[in-house]
Amino acid sequence: MSKEKFDYFIKGEKGKYEVVIGLEVHAQVLSKSKLFSGSSTKFGADPNNQVSLIDSAFPGMLPVINEECVKQAVRTGLGLNAKINNYSVFDRKNYFYADLPQGYQISQYKNPIVGEGKVLLDMPYGSKEIGIERLHLEQDAGKSIHDMDPSNTYVDLNRSGIALMEIVSKPDLRSPDEVNAYIKKLRSIMRYLGTCDGNMQEGSLRADVNVSVRKEGDKNFGTRCEIKNVNSIKFMQMAIEYEAARQVELIENGKEIDQETRLFDTKKNETRSMRSKEDAHDYRYFPDPDLLPLKLEQKLIDELKKSLPELPDKKKERFIKEYELNAYEANVLVSEKEISDYYEEVAKFSDKKLAATWMMGDLFAMLNDKGLDISKSPISAKHFAELIQSIKSGEISGRIAKEVFEIMVESGDNPKKIIESKGMKQQSDPKELEKMINEILSKNKDKVDQYKAGKEKLFGFFVGQVMKLSGGKANPQLTNEILKKLLKG
Amino acid sequence: MADITNQSLNEIIENVKTKKVSSTDLTKAYIKNIESAKKLNAFVTTTFDQALDKAKQFDNKPNFDQLLPGIPLAVKDLFCTENTKTTAGSNILNNFIPSYESTVTKNLWNDGSFLLGKLNCDEFAMGSSNETSHYGNVINPVGDQLVPGGSSGGSSSALAADLTPATIGTDTGGSIRQPASFTGTVGLKPTYGLCSRWGIVAFASSLDQAGPMTKTIKDCAIMLESMSGFDEKDSTSINKKKEQYSKNLKDNIKGLKIGIPKEYRVDNMPKEVDELWEKGKKILKDLGAQLIDISLPHTKYALPTYYIVAPAEASSNLARYDGVRYGYRSKQGKDLIEMYEKTRSEGFGDEVKRRILIGTYVLSSGYYDAYYLKAQKVRQLIKKDFDDSFTKIDAILTPSTPSSAFKIGEKTNDPVSMYLNDIFTVPVNLAGLPALSMPAGVDKKGYPLGLQLIGKALDEQKILNIGYAFEKNCDFKNEIKKWWS
Repeated sequence: MSKEKFDYFIKGEKGKYEVVIGLEVHAQVLSKSKLFSGSSTKFGADPNNQVSLIDSAFPGMLPVINEECVKQAVRTGLGLNAKINNYSVFDRKNYFYADLPQGYQISQYKNPIVGEGKVLLDMPYGSKEIGIERLHLEQDAGKSIHDMDPSNTYVDLNRSGIALMEIVSKPDLRSPDEVNAYIKKLRSIMRYLGTCDGNMQEGSLRADVNVSVRKEGDKNFGTRCEIKNVNSIKFMQMAIEYEAARQVELIENGKEIDQETRLFDTKKNETRSMRSKEDAHDYRYFPDPDLLPLKLEQKLIDELKKSLPELPDKKKERFIKEYELNAYEANVLVSEKEISDYYEEVAKFSDKKLAATWMMGDLFAMLNDKGLDISKSPISAKHFAELIQSIKSGEISGRIAKEVFEIMVESGDNPKKIIESKGMKQQSDPKELEKMINEILSKNKDKVDQYKAGKEKLFGFFVGQVMKLSGGKANPQLTNEILKKLLKG
Repeated sequence: MADITNQSLNEIIENVKTKKVSSTDLTKAYIKNIESAKKLNAFVTTTFDQALDKAKQFDNKPNFDQLLPGIPLAVKDLFCTENTKTTAGSNILNNFIPSYESTVTKNLWNDGSFLLGKLNCDEFAMGSSNETSHYGNVINPVGDQLVPGGSSGGSSSALAADLTPATIGTDTGGSIRQPASFTGTVGLKPTYGLCSRWGIVAFASSLDQAGPMTKTIKDCAIMLESMSGFDEKDSTSINKKKEQYSKNLKDNIKGLKIGIPKEYRVDNMPKEVDELWEKGKKILKDLGAQLIDISLPHTKYALPTYYIVAPAEASSNLARYDGVRYGYRSKQGKDLIEMYEKTRSEGFGDEVKRRILIGTYVLSSGYYDAYYLKAQKVRQLIKKDFDDSFTKIDAILTPSTPSSAFKIGEKTNDPVSMYLNDIFTVPVNLAGLPALSMPAGVDKKGYPLGLQLIGKALDEQKILNIGYAFEKNCDFKNEIKKWWS
């Protein structure tokens, strides 16, 4: 594949600026119950229906760590090729807010459960490694609802206490495209691992985006701004573009950039100052005395490591080798575990190359059109494999296959049945085809003469006539061969 | 039968078991005492009807195999009790009725006892005289106008005045042992983690520990046996088998090595306290124990360390009282911040505010290392002092408090002199060790004084045994005239 050159810079009057981005991704841990209580974590329950006395911080209530959440964090750490810390500590991050019942969030500050790791991105200009600074476990807060009543705020504590993994990247990202690739890769890894469903609509994946700019070639980082709680990739990209441009404009006008926390207004497509460094909260972190330090036995870590599924990077290598796909195809087909599973199922019973082409073409287009996940595909992997095989064996042409595909989507029927009942089988019997072509040639003697006199363009006309007469079912390759042979004679 | 309420818990249990007294009559006798002791202000809430129901239930279907058969008990108002108001001595919880029962009280009820009422205490257990309670001063039955100690002041007062056969308190820096000393009763702070903290209103989580307050050492063993035990709902609970402290109680202490720390002789300590300590040493020596001089060099840093660690944790633990979900909420606030400010200003008393401010300060960025982190390091050194000493000794004997009970109002305006009251008790909490305060004598005013026995972690049985032997050979008798009724 031809390699493009990285080219994302903000052009100012006085030069080109590089954008430096770091992400703090908050990923909701997939677990039945919350980080420190037995309440359910299911999405969509009625407000305040999944709240225990612990989540609502009643007097004398104490947190008890949910072991499954710890395992999920370790799995994720392993998936990010990161160092797992045998010793980590839960701290209290103190601040007041109506949806924070304890008056502090239990988080990990100085000693996180997971240390440095890395994530590999496939960019058009080659692969790029993004460093992971750390991953730590923390509680989510509840939700304040300000728009239900003109004078009151409502609080829903269903989310209060749900386990989050905060995954902090190094400032290694350089463009909105890289951010897109990074989030998708993280999401893909966690979905493979089953540690986070990555559902951005339900808030299972959100990010704080740190943005700074510097002149191209500068070694030092510029002053960064943190854009809080952005919940879609599109918004992250928009926020970065806006923010980078804002910062460049400040620099070009000789102004200082204030280190501050900003908010992205999705309606106005702009970032706004939320609080400056001076107003920054003093969270008064200290180790939570209700919880003992978390000590992980190496044995547990080793066991979790052994039980990890094949992750996208490894699977991609295998797909290239085993299915002879190119890097781009492999990349697309391993991006989601469900997609890769579907592909492998199809490839098992049909032509692996043709299957990849058709999946990435017609199948994805259809799913995209209908807004469906591959797990909800109206065409099963088995039926899809049969369709591919029908094409490969020459039973139907590519053009007919598209029609069969459409019918499969509508009816859910298997392609064999559709082809037979609608008589869509390709005409591949040379004798039959010769008979048909002779008939056409004898009816169009004048055109045959013109062709023989050198008007070779007419070849297409004859093919068209054959297709018309066969109802589109004539095998195109055979038709060409026979036509050529007979026109010569 | 003579007044049953001035008997020990152990004697009362025997009388119930031998059917000399019914649970109902026992309960009625205490109710009568409580009603005539309103002057002492020991109770915040009484649960008489409920107690009489439970007594009746017991009498109808008695189970004499239980540890606390048909025994009514009043408990400190820091323990959450299901469907019974729990205030922690604070205005901010003046309307708080828990839907749950603390593990410790549940353990007591499971052994056959039931709730008689909730006892006054310093607000959020912050105080040494019970004067910080929103529900007023508690009077020490030893003498009118005397404080009962704190923070478990309602507990010590009620116990000494025969308003409950035994009780439980919590001890963060001396809140069980100092009031026990002031009222001539027995108080034990167990090893950190022996009794579950689940359902106890938190003051300073790494120091808080519930424990028994009783008239005798034997009673203390019975109560500890009932209330202690592993609880998976408390991550700091120690996972070990329940001990039978009362059954295993022995008075032979021959050959035990008792450490006498030189650092516990402080300036301006009344002569009587020193004399009492000498008396205690002599009794133990006469019983065959060996006295060994030891040094706990970091003792002098214990109080300042405590007054950093405890307020730091408290400032965070008390953040949940914000008026949003339960408890007091000011009607004044125009927005969220103002609602918080007014609620907490009106809901908390001065001492609690003082400690929240101190705690917030020592955790603030820029001060954390100099205060909180330093204090945590010193705490380790204090613990190490004890660990080193315990390689050569079995227990440590010290005075419980530097003085006897003082007058109400005497130290109110001088927080530091109030804090100094806990100088002998605080190091034990920082080290997480068990310690017992047992009555040993009186000062020249006739006010009780206690001695403290400190044990190794989980060595409750040993200090109870030493206390048991001491009690039998100490001529102390708590002579309290019922001047209030």
